[in-house]
Amino acid sequence: MATEQPEQRTWRRPTAFYNHYVKWAVYVVITVFLLWSAWNMRISVARVIEGWGAAIGLIQGMVPPEFTPFKMDLLIEGLIESLAMSVIATIVGVLLSIPVAFMSAENIAPRPVYWVGRGIITVSRSFHELIIAIIAVKAVGIGALAGVIALSYKTVGFFAKLLAEEIEDIDSGQMEATEATGANRVQTMLFGVVPQVMPRIIGLTIYRWDINIRHSTIVGIVGAGGIGATLLNSFDQYDYDFFLTIIIAIIAIVMVGELISTYIRGRIQ
Amino acid sequence: MTDYQTWERRTPRQRIGRYILMLIVLVAAAISWQLLQINYSYLGTAPEEFMDLITRMYPPNVGYTGEIVSPMIETIHIAILGTALAVLMSIPVALIGAENTTPNRFTFVLGKFIISASRSVNVIIWALVFVIIFGSGALAGTLAIAVRSIGFCSKLIAEAIEEIDPGQVEAIQATGANSVEAAIYGIAPQVKPALIGVSTYRWDINVRASTIIGFVGAGGIGVELNTSINFFAWQQVLTILLAILVIVVFSEVVSAYLRRKVR
Repeated sequence: MATEQPEQRTWRRPTAFYNHYVKWAVYVVITVFLLWSAWNMRISVARVIEGWGAAIGLIQGMVPPEFTPFKMDLLIEGLIESLAMSVIATIVGVLLSIPVAFMSAENIAPRPVYWVGRGIITVSRSFHELIIAIIAVKAVGIGALAGVIALSYKTVGFFAKLLAEEIEDIDSGQMEATEATGANRVQTMLFGVVPQVMPRIIGLTIYRWDINIRHSTIVGIVGAGGIGATLLNSFDQYDYDFFLTIIIAIIAIVMVGELISTYIRGRIQ
Repeated sequence: MTDYQTWERRTPRQRIGRYILMLIVLVAAAISWQLLQINYSYLGTAPEEFMDLITRMYPPNVGYTGEIVSPMIETIHIAILGTALAVLMSIPVALIGAENTTPNRFTFVLGKFIISASRSVNVIIWALVFVIIFGSGALAGTLAIAVRSIGFCSKLIAEAIEEIDPGQVEAIQATGANSVEAAIYGIAPQVKPALIGVSTYRWDINVRASTIIGFVGAGGIGVELNTSINFFAWQQVLTILLAILVIVVFSEVVSAYLRRKVR
């Protein structure tokens, strides 16, 4: 039996859109939008050339980084304050967010409580650290306390959201088993839920500490303590040598924090 | 004789280990607390000051809304353009930063270096640097956002590239395709969902970031916010904060919708 030769067909890549015309229309719209967006920024060749000169000037001003003893004292003082802020903010933030996480877990919290918890998380997540830091500076004055408040506040949204997702994924059998032995609600939480999410709590704490180190280095820009204030000062005084020194120090500390965090999280999981 | 009656959750050794860890955490906390030299008198007046702030903020200055429309649009432009630039630049970085597509050992290390360098400097510091170079304005902000996002986008795209099915690439090569064609028809379709997911997720983050880079003069709503705060125009501040809340929630909804769609 002779196989019938299929007609010569052309192959087209399948598309997620309605058809290929729609696909190209979407691409054109996106491109035009981006171009219009770029045009709005008033980017011109002259500006880029001018910028190139400024960039070279900046690099010349930065190199070599400055390591005089006086500046080093300033630097170390700022870094220690940043680190201390990150530790305190992580501890306070985690302590505050654990109850919020339990409130926002769909499987253990009653409906109204669940919505309150979710609301707290959304409000905490919506503003950037620096905005919270400004308000905190107004409330408690310039200094590390404002930074600690801002970082703890941001920690709540992050930590509670991820922990709540973890609690929603637990094995309900363990909870029921604990309940079946006659445990009350608090005991069920402590012995049925907490042991299941404990590794995650520790992992997230370390992870958030890592993030808080990063942020503690910049909240000083609005006066909330740490190395950020020194950074902005050196920048405002055109002291670019010291500016580079601070940036290098920040990068070093952030990388060390990240290494420690990755190592510990690797050990736990 | 072993006591089988009482149940212990942990062995004595585990328990001591846990106590030591807790002690370390407590000591670290105590030392940090000491180092901060917090002035507690400020804490006492904090609720008062905070309430004062709220009474001065409320009601928001509705008449000011018209003036912040264009900075708000600029903020979104910065976020979109910054993300687009970042994604464009992160594709080559991701290709050399993924173990299975990188040409050689040196390029792999280079890719990893670019990723971590971009990630370890905060967006506001990048903004400071670009403000010196290009002067204050949205251009500096866009570049700061773009450079900062490269690391994040490349890292996630590189992970997606490492997880692709090599069979499809081999099949394309078997038809006689060169390596560029293999990348377009073998790799690109497999990482496209990840690419779209990563870009929208990063865009969502960038919307938040672009609201604050104005503090150092890099354009967007942050400039207005900073000015209003410096003039103690708290009612305007509240208007701006509400506007930021609206676009942040909006971008989160859009980003969540798009990511659900491509998954």
